[in-house]
Amino acid sequence: MELVYFLIILFSTQYLRDTLHTKTEDPETDKRLNFLRIAAIVYFCISMVTSFDDQTGGMWLWHVLIVAFFWYLNHDEKFKSGKSYFQSFYAPIVIAIFLDVVSVALPTFYSKYDSYLDSFSSIAFIWVIAIWYQNRKQQKQLAAERLQRLEEEKQNQLIAAQKAELELVVGERTREILQQKEELETTLQHLQATQVQLIQSEKMASLGELTAGIAHEIQNPLNFVNNFAEVNTELIEELKEEQEKESPDLELIEEILTDLADNMQKMVYHGKRADSIVKGMLLHSRSGSGEKQLVDINALADEYMRLAYHGLRAKDKSFNAALEKNFQTDPLMGQVMPQDFGRVLLNIFNNAFYAVMERKREEGENFQPTVWLSTSQEENFLLIKIRDNGTGIPDAVKEKIFQPFFTTKPTGQGTGLGLSLSYDIIHKGHNGTLTVTSEKNSFTEFCVQIPLIN
Amino acid sequence: MDHVKILVVDDETDVQPLFEQRFRREIRKGELSFSFAFSGEEALKYMEEHASEVVLILSDINMPGMSGIDLLKHIRRTHASPNPRVMIITAYNDNDYYNQAISGGADDFLTKPLDFTLLKEKLSQL
Repeated sequence: MELVYFLIILFSTQYLRDTLHTKTEDPETDKRLNFLRIAAIVYFCISMVTSFDDQTGGMWLWHVLIVAFFWYLNHDEKFKSGKSYFQSFYAPIVIAIFLDVVSVALPTFYSKYDSYLDSFSSIAFIWVIAIWYQNRKQQKQLAAERLQRLEEEKQNQLIAAQKAELELVVGERTREILQQKEELETTLQHLQATQVQLIQSEKMASLGELTAGIAHEIQNPLNFVNNFAEVNTELIEELKEEQEKESPDLELIEEILTDLADNMQKMVYHGKRADSIVKGMLLHSRSGSGEKQLVDINALADEYMRLAYHGLRAKDKSFNAALEKNFQTDPLMGQVMPQDFGRVLLNIFNNAFYAVMERKREEGENFQPTVWLSTSQEENFLLIKIRDNGTGIPDAVKEKIFQPFFTTKPTGQGTGLGLSLSYDIIHKGHNGTLTVTSEKNSFTEFCVQIPLIN
Repeated sequence: MDHVKILVVDDETDVQPLFEQRFRREIRKGELSFSFAFSGEEALKYMEEHASEVVLILSDINMPGMSGIDLLKHIRRTHASPNPRVMIITAYNDNDYYNQAISGGADDFLTKPLDFTLLKEKLSQL
């Protein structure tokens, strides 16, 4: 039975030292437990060597020792966690003490069942070993679990660190993206502003082209208005002089009066001529309200056809072209933004006249430049066709003509925005279509379709 | 001042009454006489018939068909002598036309609206 007690003390101290980690966390207690263990080992060795267990006195000392040991463990708060483990040892201890008490108190009874009772120490031994083994298994399992937990914790820490790092990176990226977004927005604003400026400059360019020609055209009537007015002043002076004479020359007076009247008529005629030119120019430059109005498409197209022709002729009077008009229905009313729509027509006419002029330059006298304007009302749209027998558009160029900045004119003579803006005005502004068909050195025909609005 | 014969070339027909009235005194006194041509081609034809008579040509630039510059070059080719003098008139008061006219052999360059006081001064210096 000493072996059992010895093992109980050995296992218990070992258990406490392991579970409470006294070695590192409580060296004081560790020392005490270690002392108890060593004491137990020493006492066990002595008892074995001297075999003074033969008298039950040795055993009683063991009983006292073990009770004191457990009493000590039970009275220290530190060892509370090991209580259930100690308690599993109580049963063999209590029974051992009981048996020893019986052997003293009832020696005859004890010796009668001696063999049964003695086998108890073997059972107690197995019991203690079993508990120890069971506990060791649990400890190992716990240790494994703890290890796993530690591993998991490490993993978690690693993940947390990675997450923090990721968040930092994401934050940085987000800032970069935001900055890029802001930069892009600024760029977009610049682009939009530039676009507005370009559209404006295109408008001014086409207007400028027209004004240059028209301003020149105004000088001619002005020349007559100014000079005939000055002539008339002179004639009136002459008339006065003649009347003051003793014998006025009636024939001369009559002649002067006729000239005066003729000159007045010429002044009025040239004044009106200048007036109509200025009116045409104003119509083009007036800023459009951007609202659709019901207008006579025929009249509008005719006006811009003449305006384009007029503008070109003002620059180059040697230029002549036949203007052919074919209106299926007259008037032809349509819902358009007159200024924008007029710009489209002016653009197409300018191109048409430019093309026939080029071909005339190439082919000379035998070529008769002609520009056709025809309008018609189809089932659910209005159709305006502008055709010229000019140089035509090569196939390679045809697909590019509606692209912004594309121009075949020499540098400085075209912005390359005319047809691209026209395309936008018809497609976006009027829900219509602007298409072109052409054959090199034969013809070009632009078709404008706009939906009928009731 | 000797008799000076001037050929005015312009497609605007109203230049005829204008010149005739502005120079009515000079015409009446016999100092100046005017002929008119309403295109470059007409002017050339007139020059073939009256080459020796014309002392001065006043020509517009922008005319249908032959332009004033073309006419000037043509005249300078066929008439190497200083006469006739050629003055170019245009409503385009720009350097390009001025250079074209002067390099083409023009004696002077005037702009519309025509300043007749200035023109008379220039004529009196002939």
